[in-house]
Amino acid sequence: MIDVLPELTLILPELVLVCGAMALLMVGAFAGDRSYHSVSWVSVLVILGAGVAASATTELRTTLFGDQFVVDAFGHFMKWLVFIGSALAIVMSFGYNRREQIGRPEYPILIVFATLGMSMMISANDLIALYVGLELQSLALYVIAAIRRDSARSSEAGLKYFVLGALSSGMLLYGCSMVYGFAGSTGFETLAGLFSRTDAAPEIGVIVGLVFVIAGLAFKISAVPFHMWTPDVYQGAPTPVTAFFAIAPKVAAMALFVRVLVGPFFDLFQQWQQIVVFIAILSMVLGAFAAIWQTNIKRLLAYSSIGHVGFALVGLAAGSTDGVRGIAIYMAVYLVMTAGTFCCVLAMRQNGRMVEDLTDLAGLSRNAPLMALALAIFMFSMAGIPPLAGFFSKLYVFLAAVDAGLYTLAVIGVLTSVVAAFYYLRIVKIMYFDEPAEAFDRPMGRSLAAIVAVSSVLVVAFIAFQTPIVRAAEVAAAVLFFS
Amino acid sequence: MTDWPILSLVIFLPTVGALFVFLVRGDARIVARNARMTALWTSLITFVLSLGIWIDFDTSTASFQFVERADWIPILGASYHLGVDGISMLFVILSTFLTPLCILASWEAIQTRVKEYMIAFLLLETFMVGMFCALDFVLFYIFFEGVLIPMFLIIGVWGGPNRVYAAFKFFLYTLTGSVLLLVAIMVIYFDAETTDIVELLKIGFDPDVQIWLWLAFFASFAVKVPMWPVHTWLPDAHVEAPTAGSVILAGILLKMGAYGFLRFSLPMLPVASDFFAPLIFTLSIIAIVYTSLVALAQEDMKKLIAYSSVAHMGFVTIGIFTVRTQGVEGAIVQMLSHGVISAALFLCVGVVYDRLHSREISRYGGLVHRMPVYAAVFMVFMLGSVGLPGTSGFVGEFLVLVGAFQVNTWLALLATTGIVLGAAYMLYLYRRVIFGELTKEDLKTMTDLSRREIAVFAPLVAATLWMGIWPEPFLDVMHASVANLIDNYEVALRAANAVTVAGR
Repeated sequence: MIDVLPELTLILPELVLVCGAMALLMVGAFAGDRSYHSVSWVSVLVILGAGVAASATTELRTTLFGDQFVVDAFGHFMKWLVFIGSALAIVMSFGYNRREQIGRPEYPILIVFATLGMSMMISANDLIALYVGLELQSLALYVIAAIRRDSARSSEAGLKYFVLGALSSGMLLYGCSMVYGFAGSTGFETLAGLFSRTDAAPEIGVIVGLVFVIAGLAFKISAVPFHMWTPDVYQGAPTPVTAFFAIAPKVAAMALFVRVLVGPFFDLFQQWQQIVVFIAILSMVLGAFAAIWQTNIKRLLAYSSIGHVGFALVGLAAGSTDGVRGIAIYMAVYLVMTAGTFCCVLAMRQNGRMVEDLTDLAGLSRNAPLMALALAIFMFSMAGIPPLAGFFSKLYVFLAAVDAGLYTLAVIGVLTSVVAAFYYLRIVKIMYFDEPAEAFDRPMGRSLAAIVAVSSVLVVAFIAFQTPIVRAAEVAAAVLFFS
Repeated sequence: MTDWPILSLVIFLPTVGALFVFLVRGDARIVARNARMTALWTSLITFVLSLGIWIDFDTSTASFQFVERADWIPILGASYHLGVDGISMLFVILSTFLTPLCILASWEAIQTRVKEYMIAFLLLETFMVGMFCALDFVLFYIFFEGVLIPMFLIIGVWGGPNRVYAAFKFFLYTLTGSVLLLVAIMVIYFDAETTDIVELLKIGFDPDVQIWLWLAFFASFAVKVPMWPVHTWLPDAHVEAPTAGSVILAGILLKMGAYGFLRFSLPMLPVASDFFAPLIFTLSIIAIVYTSLVALAQEDMKKLIAYSSVAHMGFVTIGIFTVRTQGVEGAIVQMLSHGVISAALFLCVGVVYDRLHSREISRYGGLVHRMPVYAAVFMVFMLGSVGLPGTSGFVGEFLVLVGAFQVNTWLALLATTGIVLGAAYMLYLYRRVIFGELTKEDLKTMTDLSRREIAVFAPLVAATLWMGIWPEPFLDVMHASVANLIDNYEVALRAANAVTVAGR
């Protein structure tokens, strides 16, 4: 019998989340819709509390519950990003939800549950644990996508997300069962040991299983060719929900993707590298070209996020510590840029109605100079123009690719970033060069403005103060390659 | 004064000024006035400070001076490393010299969004000066690329009717070249395990690698110079940019590409530079002859000067790749001279554009009757552009031709045709705009240069004549660095040849 108690202290973040979520559920159920505000703030506190709990454990790497669960530096880094992303999503939604009268306590509670699922999948060290975490996250997300049940768009988005998500989960599960069938285990440690022993090529069944697992996970990070749901869901879901989807689940799924490929399957690098290179190139290219013709800003950001995933995957294709470090940095910078951008999108209101067309931004630099400046900073940063943060995030992943000798991938990557720069510049052009359109309603709310201000300062100041975060990413990446 | 971090001061003082301008609040008119004043004073103080670099500059050494160094990204080994030598120092001065003139020239021409305009210009100055001072490749790249953001906004917000197209073309063209440079920098980083330029200058790269690196560098720098056939962004950008934007484009931004060739391609990749020199010569000759002919056919003054810039930069690239003392020094002088003269020519166009809002040559004629001072000023720069002895243009072109002659007589001959054609299109332009009968009604009310405009042109005239009549102070600064550059180049080339011979 394993002594469970000490292990429980190591999963304190998850415990905080699960207890908090259940307690809040009770409050929400009995107090009704008027508790929305307080439940939201407590949810933010719960999530941040989980973050503090995650930092309290100083273990570099420990496995728990019979190697089902792993607590390590990589997990800490990614969990922090997820927690920040989730907390921001709740804060960002206040104004919107109040105005659109969808401010129900279920919303923050579901986000907490989703966060719990993400936290579990980041720490998964077993295919079954992975699946449980992923499903917990996904189920919460399906409901959140359709939270505006009176809106056909939102319901459509929820349904689409559900159907495609279920399909991907099915593929993932099928892949897991193939791997189990041919390798005889679901534990990451066991699988890693198994593959490292055999010098010969692995059995074909394992490879097929691996391909299915990758396909399932590629759905979750919305990498091409499994990206189709992203634009529709981004556009259809209420904007704060889109903001949430764009950040936390992406980071978590990316972390999971990295952990699965670099963990149990690292010795099959030969086999999965070409797949990753392939989907990275496709994602970068599609993200760059398809966004050019978009007129809806949420849809455009969906394609932009597909492109970003492609860039992050370049780091994974390198299959090295530097590559994973690059991904960690990329996701951190992506979080900041995306949060700021979506705050700006949330402030796009005219006469009390949300507007989403790019042309609605026309002349923003005169109607709301500070918002335009911030959005321009985010756009230049996403395009990867120095001296902004987005440049460094790309630099780190491409460094890893060049180090691994993937010159073609690096060249294709930087060239697609030029194509992508076109549509980011187009937003700047609309804001700065075009004649002013109708002004937006009263400048954004205080919490949104605070998020925008902090994130734009972070994006600008990253050049000078990046060392701590790069160091943390380095430690996080090193621990994955330690075992 | 030497213990001051003078380079950092010169680089970041404009940023501080930009922050002040950013914080200006209140009534639109007062904001505009304060923004102008703040920007002007900041850039003037920056210029005076930068003169300190020149005064304290030690001309006897080729090593980097005023070096500053601080840890920046220890994980990459990239540091905040600054310094200037005889090649880069004068460009720092040129940048700080032109910026206040630009701000002064925009005093009345820019009436909308003055605050943002001044911020853009001050940030631009930071990036430009930083680029010439950077001694770390990552730092260099950041400054090199960072220039795009303010310039994009300057062209796009305050430019002419077709400004959006021009701004996008400018941005995407240069970005495409630059990202390839970035890949090359990464390859260098893994090859040499450092991004420090001083260290990299000592390392000899494998000749096979050099070829690829050189092509990547070329992609970036050739677009910036710009060389034929990737020069097409330049006429558009120049025509659409506001006057001061054209001045900075022609004066500094074009020099960044040539500076890149001089600082990186030549000393770091000597074997490849030697191998590709004929390519550079060919492209430069085509640029000189072709763009001169194109300039001859232009109806738009700014476009004409833009094409002449391409031709003049052709001389620069020829000079650099001759790798002869005269050639390289001539190229540097030509860059400085072009920086002053073409900047001044754009300002000359700006003067009449401000009055008549047209750049069409045929709209003008006989201006000498109403604007004698303007005609005289325009003449100085026109003749400087042609390369008349006594102006800076002559010194640069003559030295380049001497260098080219040592390499290949045909090269020198063909390049010289550029001078003849240059005289043709410039004199033709001058005749059509300045001389002739003053027949057009609206020209009869044109006023001559105002005092502000004279204040803008006086330093430029002085610089043109000074560099033309007594270029020694400028050449003296670069002698040691150029000699060192050429020595190292030849040593590296000999070593590489020895290896190939031994290999056989």
